[in-house]
Amino acid sequence: MTAFAQQVISGIATGCIYASLALALVLIYRAMDLANFAQGEMATFSTFISYSLIEYWHLDFWPAFVITIVLSFALGVAIERVVIRPFEGKPVLTLLIVTLGLFTVFNGLTGLIWGYVFKTYRGGFPSVPVQFGGLYLNVQDIGVLGVVLVMLLLLYLFFSRTKAGLAMRAASLYPDSSRLLGVRVGWMLALGWGLAASVGAVSGMLVAPIIYLDPNMMQSILLFAFAAAVLGGIESPVGAVVGGVTIGVLMALVGTYIPGGQDLRLAFGLIVIVVVLLVRPAGLFGRAAVRRV
Amino acid sequence: MALLELNEVVAAYGPITALHGVSLKVDAGGVVALLGANGAGKTTTLRAISGTVQKTGKVMFDGHDISKSAPEQIAKLGIGHVPEGRGTLGQLTVWENLQMGAYTRRDKTGVKADYDRVCGYFAWIPARRTQVAATLSGGEQQMLAIGRALMMRPRLLLLDEPSLGLAPIVVQEIFRIIRAINEQDKVTILVVEQNASIALQAAGQAYVLEVGRVAISGTSAELQKDEAIRRSYLGY
Repeated sequence: MTAFAQQVISGIATGCIYASLALALVLIYRAMDLANFAQGEMATFSTFISYSLIEYWHLDFWPAFVITIVLSFALGVAIERVVIRPFEGKPVLTLLIVTLGLFTVFNGLTGLIWGYVFKTYRGGFPSVPVQFGGLYLNVQDIGVLGVVLVMLLLLYLFFSRTKAGLAMRAASLYPDSSRLLGVRVGWMLALGWGLAASVGAVSGMLVAPIIYLDPNMMQSILLFAFAAAVLGGIESPVGAVVGGVTIGVLMALVGTYIPGGQDLRLAFGLIVIVVVLLVRPAGLFGRAAVRRV
Repeated sequence: MALLELNEVVAAYGPITALHGVSLKVDAGGVVALLGANGAGKTTTLRAISGTVQKTGKVMFDGHDISKSAPEQIAKLGIGHVPEGRGTLGQLTVWENLQMGAYTRRDKTGVKADYDRVCGYFAWIPARRTQVAATLSGGEQQMLAIGRALMMRPRLLLLDEPSLGLAPIVVQEIFRIIRAINEQDKVTILVVEQNASIALQAAGQAYVLEVGRVAISGTSAELQKDEAIRRSYLGY
């Protein structure tokens, strides 16, 4: 029983990482109905920026964390303005190919600048176990959970309480009407990319201390993040977090209790995506459109 | 003085030309009706003004040439366009719809005053601020759309078929409010209508479009007396 509970707890912690990258995917999906395949590689790139800030500029983790979030935001906005904008209004498939292109560009760029040697990355939380009711919790895991919850809260407040958040929602759902009200819809998309890049950066900086830093580190995480986003309902930030944690726990259990499960985790991630799309395409928290009939 | 002036505006959707050179004037403080059959180019004329269709020709608003301006700039200059189908932000609440109307504004007290003004016209709004807009009735959505445009504090209001799909009694109510907005708030109004009789009652001037051109124009009184207009558009 304890072993089972221990697996669940470790699953929740990894799930939070998936959740944070899933949040980034949801932000771009909400803004422009696009699955951004480059989200993981952008997050890796951001994490390497924070690595440089820490190792070469000798900043502490948290200042580097904040600076990286800001830089990533600018990077996200710039990518939308320069790379995505020429394809606005083109079919989704075209944009998907563009994000695949971004994937390879960022992957190559990261390798070119920082190399392919695995690096240890000192995170913001010590990896120290604490005992709690017969179970061992890791301070690092608790920290990850806290950061993800704070991020979710901030995003919720942004979208529900601020004028820019409201305008972003309006622009993504009703671009034509929003334009007539004076909203610069193109910039709202750029803002969405900026936010997503920042959120992705956070997920990279949370996972790097756990799995070492290398240019390919986010690739399997991206698949689980997609599974989390689809499970939660790809338009729902809360769904992304619930989906992420669920996937995390599921994968921990699969890895432990199913023979060969450790090697088949990616396959199980894909199975989740397929099953959800078949059985409940809107996901757990996806809302069916409200309409008067 | 003309607040809005269109000069030989030609507009097209891809290969299909919808306006073949429309010229018209809307005087400051007036209500002008734009009439015509389906496909005559009424909606396209409004879209040419608010910058949401490709066009050539000249559009002047309050001394500014807005022929090349983007929709969001035109909105900021003070043109509130209530589009065909009302442009309801359906998944957002009533209150959020109105907030979006005031999106470009920075004067908080002015926005508050305009909200009170909108509630003066549409008394049901305060109690239903948190209702999701898509669940409103058609008439309420039309009222919300007008209210949202008023939150922009526009100088010119473009209304695209405010009577569409509504019960006669609701149409009467909406046109009563349109007149009140014009008289009390000094908002100039250009209204597109299929319902010519009610539009001519509200308007001082009117233009009749036929296949993308202005066919007839004049005061509402003149048009109401015109035999051909009566038969084609008023039905008596």
